[in-house]
Amino acid sequence: MTQQEIIDRYFLEHRAKILDIAAFLDRIDRCNEDETDFRVEALHRCIAELQTDSEGRTERLLLLLSDHSSGPIESAGTKGASGAQPPHS
Amino acid sequence: MVYIDPHIHMVSRTTDDYQRMAQAGCVAITEPAFWAGYDRSSSQGFFDYFRQLTDTEPNRASQYGIKHHCWLCINPKEAEDVGFAREVISLIPDFIECNNVLGIGEIGLNKNSKNELLILEEQLALAEQLQQLVLVHTPHLEDKLKGTNLIMDAIENTSLSPDRVLIDHVEEHTVRAVLDRGYWAGMTLYPDSKCTPQRAADIIEMHGTERLWINSAGDWGPSDPLAVPKCRVELASRGHTSSLIDTISFHNPQLFLSQSGKFSIE
Repeated sequence: MTQQEIIDRYFLEHRAKILDIAAFLDRIDRCNEDETDFRVEALHRCIAELQTDSEGRTERLLLLLSDHSSGPIESAGTKGASGAQPPHS
Repeated sequence: MVYIDPHIHMVSRTTDDYQRMAQAGCVAITEPAFWAGYDRSSSQGFFDYFRQLTDTEPNRASQYGIKHHCWLCINPKEAEDVGFAREVISLIPDFIECNNVLGIGEIGLNKNSKNELLILEEQLALAEQLQQLVLVHTPHLEDKLKGTNLIMDAIENTSLSPDRVLIDHVEEHTVRAVLDRGYWAGMTLYPDSKCTPQRAADIIEMHGTERLWINSAGDWGPSDPLAVPKCRVELASRGHTSSLIDTISFHNPQLFLSQSGKFSIE
């Protein structure tokens, strides 16, 4: 596909997705609470990474959201995943 | 147009899904043993589940002309209790000779814990002993990168050949390492996590089709049993050839699964 074909085909879908992110952040702001959340902080780091202009953004975002420790943990306290690496874990 | 969905949990899907998949061209599926959304209270629950996978589901699928195959294991989400997991593992040899059992799976890690790793190693040893193919589940979200590396290291401590192991749920940050280390790689098409059909098409464009397949991993959570044909449509709309589309959604699964000696679309 050419660049123009890609933009023509996918722009509206991704316009909607970026508006969803904006609406999500606005929704949090309307709560007027001071507490931060590691997942939202991770999302802000991802948004900053999107501003870079080199290919490979998807992989870099996934790496930003990953646990980079190496050995197995002592025990699985939960079955679920958060989507971003929790602090002090 | 026909396709294979090599990873889908039909025990969690309705018969209507079998019908829609058949109408979309599905001719064969493989169903790995997985977590039911709750922990079973005894190994007897797995005995019944293995019967469902080896008897009930093949019959249900056959009504729609779909060949059903499965994989057996204790999944990593129920592997934290080592004693319980070993009871379940002890059931597997009695089922492994069933006609539709292709190997051990989906084994792997969930939270990358020591006990999960121990049970993974014991099931890899079982696959070695019984000379079975292996289907690997890699962890979710933030745990995937680390878990994928731990899993590949564990496999490489065995005599299992990488070309008889499929490592599933790869994404952009894990696919290259999995392929470079000689394994087959599966991309799971999910609406919210893992890969969308669009991102899977991107990965195919960046990494090629060798030792790569797509699957829906349809289950009881947000998932789409028609994800594979939707990805085929995505590839076609980008101008990819029918040969490439068939390679990723039919010939590659057929090639890997046929190593079991039991896989069939007839």
